[in-house]
Amino acid sequence: MKFSESWLREFVNPELSTQDLVDQLTMAGLEVDGFEPVAASFSKVVVGEILSTESHPDADKLVVCNVSSGAEEHQVVCGAPNARKGIKIPFALVGAKLEDFKIKKAKLRGVESFGMLCSEKELGISDNHEGLMELPLDAPVGDDIRDYLSLDDAIIDLDLTPNRSDCLGMVGLGRETGLVNGLDVKKLEIKTVAATIEDTFAVSLQAGESCPRFVGRVIKGIRLDAQTPLWMKEKLRRSEIRSIDPVVDVTNYIMLELGQPMHAYDLSKLQGEIVVRKSEASEKVVLLDSSDVELLDDTLLITDQSGAIGIAGIMGGLTTSVTDETVDIFLESAFFSPMAIAGRARSYGMNTDASHRFERGVDWQGQAQAIERATELLLSIAGGNAGPTTETVLADQLPEVPSVSLRLSRVKRLLGVDIGAEQVSDMLARLGFDSKRDGEADATVWQVTAPSHRFDISIEADLIEEISRVYGYNNLPVRTPVSQLHMAPVSEAQLTVNRIKDQLVARGYQEAITYSFVDPAMQLLLDPESDPIGLANPISSEMGVMRTTLWSGLLKSLIYNVNRQQTRVRLFETGLRFLQTPNTVELEISNIQQEPMLAGVVYGDRQTENWSEGSQAIDFYDVKGDVESVIALSGDQAHFQFEKGVHPALHPGQTAVITRNAEPVGYLGLIDPRVAKSLGLEQNAYLFEVKLSGLASRRVPQATNLSKFPEVRRDIAVIVDKNVSAAEIDGCVKSVEINALQNLKLFDVYQGEGIDLNRKSIALGLTFQDASRTLTDDEINDFVAKIIEALSTQLGASLRN
Amino acid sequence: MSDLKEITKKAQQAIEDAADSAGLDLVRVSYLGKKGELTGLLKGLGKLPAEERPAAGAEINVAKAVVQDAINLKKALFEQEAIDEQLSAEIIDVTLPGRDADSGGLHPVTMVLQRIENFFRSVGYEVVEGPEIEDDYHNFEALNIPQHHPARAMHDTFYFNPNILLRTHTSPVQVRTMESRQPPFRIICPGRVYRVDSDLTHTPMFHQVEGLLIDKTSSFADLKGTIVEFLQVFFEKDLEVRFRPSYFPFTEPSAEVDVQCVHCVGKGCRVCSHTGWLEVMGAGMVHPRVLEYSGIDPEEYSGFAFGMGPDRLAMLRYGVDDLRLFFENDQRFLRQFN
Repeated sequence: MKFSESWLREFVNPELSTQDLVDQLTMAGLEVDGFEPVAASFSKVVVGEILSTESHPDADKLVVCNVSSGAEEHQVVCGAPNARKGIKIPFALVGAKLEDFKIKKAKLRGVESFGMLCSEKELGISDNHEGLMELPLDAPVGDDIRDYLSLDDAIIDLDLTPNRSDCLGMVGLGRETGLVNGLDVKKLEIKTVAATIEDTFAVSLQAGESCPRFVGRVIKGIRLDAQTPLWMKEKLRRSEIRSIDPVVDVTNYIMLELGQPMHAYDLSKLQGEIVVRKSEASEKVVLLDSSDVELLDDTLLITDQSGAIGIAGIMGGLTTSVTDETVDIFLESAFFSPMAIAGRARSYGMNTDASHRFERGVDWQGQAQAIERATELLLSIAGGNAGPTTETVLADQLPEVPSVSLRLSRVKRLLGVDIGAEQVSDMLARLGFDSKRDGEADATVWQVTAPSHRFDISIEADLIEEISRVYGYNNLPVRTPVSQLHMAPVSEAQLTVNRIKDQLVARGYQEAITYSFVDPAMQLLLDPESDPIGLANPISSEMGVMRTTLWSGLLKSLIYNVNRQQTRVRLFETGLRFLQTPNTVELEISNIQQEPMLAGVVYGDRQTENWSEGSQAIDFYDVKGDVESVIALSGDQAHFQFEKGVHPALHPGQTAVITRNAEPVGYLGLIDPRVAKSLGLEQNAYLFEVKLSGLASRRVPQATNLSKFPEVRRDIAVIVDKNVSAAEIDGCVKSVEINALQNLKLFDVYQGEGIDLNRKSIALGLTFQDASRTLTDDEINDFVAKIIEALSTQLGASLRN
Repeated sequence: MSDLKEITKKAQQAIEDAADSAGLDLVRVSYLGKKGELTGLLKGLGKLPAEERPAAGAEINVAKAVVQDAINLKKALFEQEAIDEQLSAEIIDVTLPGRDADSGGLHPVTMVLQRIENFFRSVGYEVVEGPEIEDDYHNFEALNIPQHHPARAMHDTFYFNPNILLRTHTSPVQVRTMESRQPPFRIICPGRVYRVDSDLTHTPMFHQVEGLLIDKTSSFADLKGTIVEFLQVFFEKDLEVRFRPSYFPFTEPSAEVDVQCVHCVGKGCRVCSHTGWLEVMGAGMVHPRVLEYSGIDPEEYSGFAFGMGPDRLAMLRYGVDDLRLFFENDQRFLRQFN
């Protein structure tokens, strides 16, 4: 909300600079977003009147004006299109200082000019530079324009939290400013305007607590062509409200002053009686802004015999609105309950000044006052005769005034402050709350009733907040919590995500954080078998679905980097992937799996460009090594397996499914060349993704004694079929169950010259050791023979010579 | 005995002339070896009268020692030369880069999250995480934000259907914790959150860390103490911290927390829009209704909650001026934090 500083100061005028005032408001919980002066700083600009004009002898677009500054007449050459006889304008005299220049005597195309006639922009009032700023015709010629327009003022932009709607009017804001400064606030004198005619208009309330009070008044014979006074126009303008006609201006003014939104109907267009009720199926209304709206259920409406003539508390209708021809009006000042308005404007895609106030809440006792004030102002501007004020009330549906108890002990405990009962009583009084005190010392209790403009007060905590606010947050004590400390259990059998991240960082990976919602096209390319969960209101279609794999974000980041001349990229990310149970009809939390994953993408050379090694592209085993190094953190490598697998995004011949205890926990592989091609990747990218739950548990080490006896190593080379995997050989050797076999190392794989095209040579290093004695050569030879035998019978291996 | 002097001199010359340690060894053999000249002289002592033998023997031994010393000296010289040669042949350019020196790095937001977590862990908080796709109840209702509450307008929410949404804050994790545990407890809930917002200073996904402490004695004073200490530890400066009344539906009293600008220490600069202060956290005493929703008796227990944006803290700490850089994952940007 924007408002004029000087308007606030009409109610309470603390001796503070604008800066100090806005700082104070901010610290009081009424956050000021900023402020700006109403006009630029300038001097020697007065109200001038153009007495006559002549065309310039040498320039079509210039006019020579004879301008009065009150005391004297001046010749001024002017280029504004609206410069004409009889208008009053801001006139900068010779010697005047405008923002960045000084007005001097000048010659324009040979004609002398003494001073300058100004536009709004030249005075820094607005950006309007279309012509001269035209002042009201009754503006006193010669008066300093700063005084006349009250330009020594600032526009303050207030960003109120939803609970402080009591400050959405100047009276409330003044009250709060007075409270903060301990100053009395000037009371607004609201006169009751006596009726001079007897006309009324019937109102019927049929929506219960949604609208328990409707105050109305007929005013006849107003002149809509009357001019809204300058002071009102200026206050409206400084709150960013455009002056339209006296009726609209007055209702807007009341809203700004008292916080009560109002509406005016053209009395001649109202039919039958006004009925306030909830919408019925497929009703329609045409609103003031000419929009044709199909009404939703449960919308509070203002209707007459013709049907809906406005959405209550949000916007009035077009058919009954005040127009140029309007002479008689019916004024509405109603209380619509927040529950009936909240969220409704938004559901129609609107946010009006009225809905903003009603949904936060207005003073439910302020309607009659508002209508009296509006009548008084309107009659003084536009004339006319007012009928009696009619108040339609559903007394039993009005909000209750809760009596809230406040315990001193509770104040002390929740705020941690040592405060006396006397001080609390004083604060309640300053807040304008009625209170009854009972009990002594820490047992003191108050029964508190808040005024109707503070309808946000309903429980003890609300009062404690008020006390803390008045006491001052920064005056409250600061204490380091001393409550009992439970040491959180830290399980050593848990591998932390941070440790896993550190491992990948040590291996040259950069951590990425990508959006959880991704491009459905990317998602389809990488994981066509999953049905991703789609957002109902995505920010763009490229962020339309929840990722089912972290690869969708990582590959996007890879492409981003490759497009920026990055030739070597290794990224990893941890985060959730989102899967829905197949064939989900109605999405619920229970049928969504939100699974923490670790994923990576690797691209480019094995090493950064360097002087010692030539450039080598990474391959499957580089990346597998990285993954294995993470697995090694679990100390449980023995239970992990990499098996040949299938994944739609990965190369069919270079895909491993990673298992732990035979349960699949992830994938590792080369991106399928077709996928790479459609992503525009020119080099190989390797991908891995593992469930963090599959990595999370760690084996707590258990030491065994080292053997004191020598170990013996034997190397053998066997030739096997090309398709026999290393894992099969490993499994076969282990199946022989030789306890003394301490270590099995596969140290060479060879295919090529000297070996059958369909076979390959595998070299194995076998290390034997016994815990209790030195093994003999014969024993070892026997072990090796058994192993070769097993390899031969199980895998068709032959010993290589 | 002029012979002895002659031999010594000859030997010294031969040592001097030796070209390498092999040559030197030959010299040693020819003078001091079993058949060497000086050894020969010693053997010849027997021919001398008995009374002259001791003196003559002593003289020969002196000569032997002189020659041996000269050989040792020369030998040391050769060794020195050899090692010098080896060393100079082995000189490398130590300024060339080492192999595989390349290390990766954590994301700056992770760095900040770890910093925050470490602080709160050290004072007894537990780190708890929760789902990012949430239901309306946990994200709003249980936090005292009923349907149509104006505060919902401050949370532009991504929806999947009217009841299922992307969490707009990590507070639902607090609700889930209160539902499943008995106080007292103190937790922090870090994680990703989502709002329909995308411009210079907003990204549709960002991070939050919320903290919650529930026990029988906690007060606003404890909240202030916790936050002041955290901010000073986090920024490693004795910055002033101020609290302003604010509004969150799930806390009361609620506060907005400003810290003195970390760049200008309150003098006013571009980072703090010349106010000297930075808004960094929201906080407050847990609203009694929120406790009740989760089955905790507000008469018996009280607590405080606070929330902060690690992305913004990372921007302040590391001098990043565009939030969007955090999610582009340009590795040239990310490497700056390694």
